[in-house]
Amino acid sequence: MKLDQFFLRKRRRTFFIVLGVLMVAWAASALTEFNLAKGILSFPEAIQWAASNFYPDAKAMSKLPQIMSKLWETLIMSIAAAAVGAVGAVVFAVLGSNTTKVNGFFSTAARFIATLFRNVDVSAWAMVLLFSFGQSGLTGFLALLFASFGFLTRAFMETIDEVSGSSVEALKASGAGYLSIVCRAVLPSGTPQMISWLLYMVETNIRSATLVGILTGTGIGFSFDLYYKSLNYASASLVVLVIVMAVLVIELISNAIRRVIV
Amino acid sequence: MLPNNSEIAAAPVVLEPLRRKPFNRANFVVSVTLLAIAAITLYALFNLENKYIPFGEGLLLMLDNFRLMFLEPHFKHFTFGKAVYSALITLGLAVLTTILGAVIAFGVSLLAARNLSGNRMSGFVRAVVAVIRAVPTILWVLIFAVSSGLGSVAAVIGMTWHTISYLTKAYSEAFEEIDNGTLEALKASGASRIQIVFQAVFPSSLSYLISWTFLRLEMNFSNALAMGAAAGAGGLGYDLYMAGSLYYDIREIGALTFFILFFAIVLEIGSTRLKNRLRKGALNNGKQG
Repeated sequence: MKLDQFFLRKRRRTFFIVLGVLMVAWAASALTEFNLAKGILSFPEAIQWAASNFYPDAKAMSKLPQIMSKLWETLIMSIAAAAVGAVGAVVFAVLGSNTTKVNGFFSTAARFIATLFRNVDVSAWAMVLLFSFGQSGLTGFLALLFASFGFLTRAFMETIDEVSGSSVEALKASGAGYLSIVCRAVLPSGTPQMISWLLYMVETNIRSATLVGILTGTGIGFSFDLYYKSLNYASASLVVLVIVMAVLVIELISNAIRRVIV
Repeated sequence: MLPNNSEIAAAPVVLEPLRRKPFNRANFVVSVTLLAIAAITLYALFNLENKYIPFGEGLLLMLDNFRLMFLEPHFKHFTFGKAVYSALITLGLAVLTTILGAVIAFGVSLLAARNLSGNRMSGFVRAVVAVIRAVPTILWVLIFAVSSGLGSVAAVIGMTWHTISYLTKAYSEAFEEIDNGTLEALKASGASRIQIVFQAVFPSSLSYLISWTFLRLEMNFSNALAMGAAAGAGGLGYDLYMAGSLYYDIREIGALTFFILFFAIVLEIGSTRLKNRLRKGALNNGKQG
């Protein structure tokens, strides 16, 4: 019967998809030498260890002011990197977007540069910049800046494509100049969406800043690394707690802003 | 009689109220947000710690380094074949953690979706997941590394753990978009929980699930790089770390960066293609069923 055949085909397809996924997973775990049994077994071990060692004690609490000042440093660095990246991204997105591009050459160049910056990971940028600026806050800032710029250019380009379109054509037909189209129509109508992306970037940057800090020896990531490597797990756990608080607070604030503007 | 020019100039009253924009809460919040971010940025830029090298000099050095990296890359400590193998390991880490995370997150997000589990349960699961997500992936990996040692086991568990929390949020939000009528009709006709999940919830949100999973795959690729560099998980990230911090070889970093770029771009194009195909398949299936 036809219905039977339909279900048979559907079931066979599901079977092959599941089989394919399982095979890919098996190949990946063989390649990375990951042992599922060992992985599952080590999970309760980790929980047990964390429950008995990984919480802040009185001695760790005395380091709180120090940790907070590192957190503040990291926070403002993340925000600044996202903001400066956004300024560059607006220019490149306008040049690269299909609706507002000046000409094909600039558009392709802008897209190429954005792809380059986006696809080299923030950790790779950090390693490269370490050569030029050494173990300083500037290295971390620039690494975050490059990653933010690449990501935001792509996001802004999509926003511009979304919000413009008919309005750009209408303005062009009525004889408006390029700059007034961009500054008076395209950017204002995309602002809420772009701010939303900017806030997302700030959240992401705080998380990446920890990683960049571990690699470049700055900010809150360095504090964690220092305590972690000297086996001072109580203080390391305090750092984690502080980071969690910061990320959650930033998330709450940006969600509140988004609710009003978008 | 037509009014002359001076009379027109003397009667501008009609336009007056339109000169100022009316107060708008959204616009106000936009301005305040932008001002706050600008102020913090300026403050941060003036206080940026930079004790080793003047900014201009560093910038020139950086440009010179970029030139060496991208125009004169070479392999010295690694070979081409070894770099390909490393790239496959990084890719394997990304794929494995995404698959494991997606399967577990599917189960957890059934509890986190308000329309499938109930307010209290969903609130609890969401709060837990938000806290797990707030801890950066690298910290999870390092925490798991204490009990299972630095290496692929800690990296896979740590990255999977973070993937679960990320995808649970995404999936459960997709589930909440499902038309309530469908669920109620199925419930009323006596469908079991499993039937509801696999015949209604899964097919109707499949397109969203696919997009989010592939987005996470790309994120996990860069995470896998980072874990290699900062937690010794092997792969391209680890090679990059060795080339940078041990051999101080900027040209080798360049060669590895080209590998990263190549794989990241191939992954992006590949996942966009696969995503579109799967989506099309999902839509066709939905039409037939």
